[in-house]
Amino acid sequence: MPKTIRLKKGLNIPIRGTAEKLLAGEAHPVRYGIKPVDFPGLIPKLEVRPGDKVKAGSPVFHDKTRPEIKFTSPVSGTVLNVERGDRRMILEIVIERAGNDSVDFGKSDPSSLPREKITESLLASGLWPAVRQRPYHVVAKPGDVPKSIFISGFDTAPLAPDYEFIIKNSSISFFNTGVKALSRLTDGKINLVLDRQDSILSSTPGVDISYVSGPHPAGNVGVHIHHIDPVNKGEAVWYINLQDVIAIGRLFAEGIYKPERIIALTGSEVPHPQYYKVLAGSSIAPLVKDNINSGHLRYISGNVLTGTKIASDGFLGYYDSQVTVIPEGDYFEFFGWAAPGAGKYSFHKTFLSNLLPAKDFRLDTNFHGGERAFVVTGKYEKVLPMDIYPMQLLKAILANDIDLMENLGIYEVAEEDFALCEFICPSKIEIQAIVRNGLDLMRKEMS
Amino acid sequence: MSSLRKKLDKLKPHFTEGGRFAKLQSVFEGFESFMFVPDKVTFRGSHVRDSIDLKRTMTVVIIALLPALLFGCYNIGLQHFRSTGEDFSLLRAFGFGFLKLLPLLIVSYVVGLGIEFIAAQIRGHEINEGFLVTGILIPLIMPIDIPLWMLALATAFAVILGKEVFGGTGMNIFNPALLARAFLFFSYPAWMTGDNVWTEGLTKGLNIVDGYSGATPLAMCAQGNPSGLPSFMSMFIGTIPGSVGETSTLAILIGAVILLVTGTGSWKAMVSFFAGGLTMGLLLNAVSANSYMELPFYYHFVMGGFAFGSVFMITDPVTASQTEPGKWIYGFLAGLLSILFRVLNPAYPEGVMLAILLMNLFAPLIDHYVVQANIRRRLKRAVVTGK
Repeated sequence: MPKTIRLKKGLNIPIRGTAEKLLAGEAHPVRYGIKPVDFPGLIPKLEVRPGDKVKAGSPVFHDKTRPEIKFTSPVSGTVLNVERGDRRMILEIVIERAGNDSVDFGKSDPSSLPREKITESLLASGLWPAVRQRPYHVVAKPGDVPKSIFISGFDTAPLAPDYEFIIKNSSISFFNTGVKALSRLTDGKINLVLDRQDSILSSTPGVDISYVSGPHPAGNVGVHIHHIDPVNKGEAVWYINLQDVIAIGRLFAEGIYKPERIIALTGSEVPHPQYYKVLAGSSIAPLVKDNINSGHLRYISGNVLTGTKIASDGFLGYYDSQVTVIPEGDYFEFFGWAAPGAGKYSFHKTFLSNLLPAKDFRLDTNFHGGERAFVVTGKYEKVLPMDIYPMQLLKAILANDIDLMENLGIYEVAEEDFALCEFICPSKIEIQAIVRNGLDLMRKEMS
Repeated sequence: MSSLRKKLDKLKPHFTEGGRFAKLQSVFEGFESFMFVPDKVTFRGSHVRDSIDLKRTMTVVIIALLPALLFGCYNIGLQHFRSTGEDFSLLRAFGFGFLKLLPLLIVSYVVGLGIEFIAAQIRGHEINEGFLVTGILIPLIMPIDIPLWMLALATAFAVILGKEVFGGTGMNIFNPALLARAFLFFSYPAWMTGDNVWTEGLTKGLNIVDGYSGATPLAMCAQGNPSGLPSFMSMFIGTIPGSVGETSTLAILIGAVILLVTGTGSWKAMVSFFAGGLTMGLLLNAVSANSYMELPFYYHFVMGGFAFGSVFMITDPVTASQTEPGKWIYGFLAGLLSILFRVLNPAYPEGVMLAILLMNLFAPLIDHYVVQANIRRRLKRAVVTGK
């Protein structure tokens, strides 16, 4: 009997620009980027230099502390350049597509392979980083055996793509093969979490299905883990995005690394928000070229709460299935805090808009205030559907109190679970950055 | 607006590091962000942010305080003219009271904000909005005849030793407004108690008509004379002597509605405070050992600072319990103690201030146990694998 969980806490931000369920076709941009900054805690060690030829699946860099974890090129072509930032930190490795060569990883039936072989294939092909873990919300540790693996079958983030639409336009058989491969990695269950009973994934063999409903962050895998199989000290739970399960299935079925993604191009500044089929790391330039409003805009790989700021010709992040374009908010507003606020969105009921009929808002990137100390209480709890005291945990992190962080549930959370707390915070505290610091500190202390 | 903006942009360099007035940077920024919400954009974390900020949150509390403030003005005039026996109109009473209250407000704001500005500049922070509310709360819980220098001293004490030494807004243990009142209560009791301080002019020995008493209902009860109480209705409306903003339960209730509808004040703290007062009131009625205990329990809600405390003091998010279950306990105990102190402690006619300050001290302890329960729940969940 599938488990059904109804969550009440949370918030669906009414932001404009949901993608129409229309697949605009495949986009084949010339440039692709792999961004080490997509992977928290990673120290990249390059394996290529500008000018080198790569195939789809050839290693581009690996993790310096865990060299077996390789990051590979999504296409065949030439390494164009390596973008560096402060202190020569590698920001992105740009590859120019040419030809159609793939490294051959060999076809096999994952259900007949031992655990070590599956791990080896995933590591070699560059699909291992798709497998992440709680605690710490980082790439999973090869060799560990997690107590269970989670696949989230829906996304509740603002303007998130509809996974049902994605799966209908992808290969169910690859998905099932991917699940088979993953099930070799754990002695526990594969938990597939869906939001509707009539989903075509409801009949997936070899998985435990749970149904979760409610406002965002009901689709966050951290919330699912918390309610279905919570992580305690010394345990690990792994999770993987739905489209990466398909890529894993393809790896075993066809022997190639092809990280195909159906992504939603969304946001108020996109005149025709719709879906595109691309590869991980694609440049978004061809997607936004003729489908964008003018003005000073913010391009985001991912959603508005947790995504990464990119350039208008930047690259899709490794874990992202969505690109959002919203206006920048670099303007002064005369007595903005005192205005009645008929056209302003707020979670708090101090704006006139709360009394008006619901509508979509064109939200921008303005802070709407300055950073202050924690003052207001009892609000974060309303958007965090977990049995965790958010403000107390944040204060423990700020105080570097390892024991208290552990006791208050740091192993169960990721910065994305606190994104709504950050959004609604009247004190404008950078909550996601605080949580990430806490996770990094714990990881360092525990290793 | 754009001309004002241009002027500010021109002035700004002088107030940044290296400028002539770099020492006034926090003050400049405070005024700038008061007039213009800054053009700062998100750079990490969530790309969009809620339209709310602390300025707006505090403004809502100030709006909620306005009915009590306005009625306070009227009541100052009302009590004064009643004591002198003069004829007066509603407008005259209000105007009289407004002019008497204005100096108190100005002193409280100038002293408090002055200290806040200096503290912000020393820390290199932006100016916090917390005092906007405290600055209005302090005069509202004072007797109208309080000398201005005392008010200044109390405000400085509350802001420096009650708030800034702990790290400023958000870090304080005690409610600064109540601390200011407690400071005066213990340092200058003659100005904070008795029958003369609550009505403007009485301390100066102005002519008083026969039969007028400036005694507050609480003082009457404490003196064992509950039979002389004004009617329940006039206490509810608030035409009685008392601290400036505390007398009208009706005006305070309007404020409560504003706080609750906007979600700015915690309904849990309000309801539990009320429940605590109700419980103790009924308990005392059941014992009925003296005439004060026999006072019907519902009288307590309209007397003294109970209503004001339950709406504006118990809901201060910084000094209250910060966990939701904790707020129930915190509010209930504060309400319970308020009435207990009020009725059973002959030394202090009013117990609300001390009860809330006492619970301020215990709020972190309550939170500690609530959080410990959460930690135990988490530990219980772990299955021992026997490794």
